[in-house]
Amino acid sequence: MTDRERARKRSADQTEDVTQDAVTNRGEEVAEKIDDLLDEIDTVLEENAAEFVKNYVQKGGQ
Amino acid sequence: MAIEPIIGTEVEYGITVTNNESFNPVTASALVVNAYGGGRGRIRWSYDDETPGRDARGFNVGMQPIDENDSGLVNAVLLNGARLYVDHAHPEYSTPECSDPLEATLHDKAGELVMHQAAEAANTLLPEGQRLLLYKNNSDGKGNSYGAHENYLVSRSVPFGALAQHLTAFFVTRQILTGSGKVGSEHGRPDVGFQISQRADFFEEEIGLETTLKRPIINTRDEPHSDAQKYRRLHVIIGDATQSEIQTFVKVGAASLVLMALEDQVLGDPILLADPVGAITAISHDTTLQQPVKLADGTEATALELQRHYFDIAEEYVASHDLAPAYKQVIGEWRSLLTDIAEGYEAVADRLDWAAKMTMVEGYRRRDSLAWDDPKLHLVDLQFHDIDPDKGLYHRLVQAGRMRRLFSDAEVVEATQHAPESTRAYFRGECLRRYGSSVVAANWDSLVFDTGASTLVRLPMMEPRKGTRDLVDDLFAASPDAATLIHNIGGSND
Repeated sequence: MTDRERARKRSADQTEDVTQDAVTNRGEEVAEKIDDLLDEIDTVLEENAAEFVKNYVQKGGQ
Repeated sequence: MAIEPIIGTEVEYGITVTNNESFNPVTASALVVNAYGGGRGRIRWSYDDETPGRDARGFNVGMQPIDENDSGLVNAVLLNGARLYVDHAHPEYSTPECSDPLEATLHDKAGELVMHQAAEAANTLLPEGQRLLLYKNNSDGKGNSYGAHENYLVSRSVPFGALAQHLTAFFVTRQILTGSGKVGSEHGRPDVGFQISQRADFFEEEIGLETTLKRPIINTRDEPHSDAQKYRRLHVIIGDATQSEIQTFVKVGAASLVLMALEDQVLGDPILLADPVGAITAISHDTTLQQPVKLADGTEATALELQRHYFDIAEEYVASHDLAPAYKQVIGEWRSLLTDIAEGYEAVADRLDWAAKMTMVEGYRRRDSLAWDDPKLHLVDLQFHDIDPDKGLYHRLVQAGRMRRLFSDAEVVEATQHAPESTRAYFRGECLRRYGSSVVAANWDSLVFDTGASTLVRLPMMEPRKGTRDLVDDLFAASPDAATLIHNIGGSND
């Protein structure tokens, strides 16, 4: 590998790192927004999930 | 040129009563229907013309005649032309006949509001501590399913065999756009964490008359509720109940366009799947949309590729025909969904119920490290479909600005009170509004009046494109009461 090739590769790696960081940051932002939503959903979810789900039985449908 | 189909949906809602483990779903459903106060006629449903056992393939099956004295048969006909009733053990809402996909979507949404208002009224009648809840979904997660059916009135000239041959692959692959999502699998299907469709696990046959057992992809019920020489009603039982307005719009709009292209013989050769029933589960269980299914000619294609095939034909069809404006809008939304869904489910989470639900479920799995069998994930799945705007998770997403809509709340309220103006539903709804005390029975294709004369008068409405506002408003204006209406129409009224 020549110096120039090495430099190009290093530069490409750095760009990739920067892009990767951007992706990670955006992923974290998305996750944070979803976490806000989940916090809100937690306040309206029926209590005692296991019991509630168990009691939901529907017979006689088309 | 093909006629634009008359469209309607019928949705069975899941029902439960909290703090009452022995609640009877038939009684509870009757309570819901009878409690609904807004915009209804207190009249009988007439079963005179109902023939659920008639098969489109040309024979009759000995199905039970409907017993009008059955206490479970509770019915209301609403001022918007819809039918609210108890079917089996569920409250059900059938929209009025609609003339385009946008109107059908609006009336499907109006059904949710009617059901919610009915449940609120029913709740005031329950003992302290009990609460009646309704769900717009299709499965209890324990092997029991209930339907969300679509109806398309097409020309009788389309041979039923051609419908079945062309539509099977369309219906099997459209799940990626029509599913409302489910945690886990049922009915003996392979284990899966999350799947695209509520209903997919329950289909066992390619074609048949059944709707409750061995459900078929193509349902052969031949009951047009109109002139049977002229029309057939395609009764579609393979589809999920959807709350996203754009999703319902594309669901009924795409099917209508494919039907028109089929009638005009521009669908090309039918795409035949090697194993249609197996493909339903395979497609529903693959949220990556990457797994191809086998075609009968030995090649393979993904559901997305096959849906693009139907889209291309529909786009060309809309460009070369003078259709209702809603169809151009269908093409726009359908195209965006097909483009965006290729990027993954997150890209369509603002328009498709399954993707919206999966976003929440995956969020919980990441944040709280929940396993797929955690009851909380099943609760999120179920409560996504609760139609109460305060508790339903779909509604919470709308309120958070995370779901795109087509209608304002006011438009949906309006549709609970007023029928579509360009079908016979207008005549039905307005007769109830204007002459309600004289209407003693109704069904899709007739009204029965008691004007105080010695005999009842039955008005047949065999043509769904008549009885429209344009055609009957002058008649209504000239008819202050039902007797005059009958006289003006020329019916006997001695």
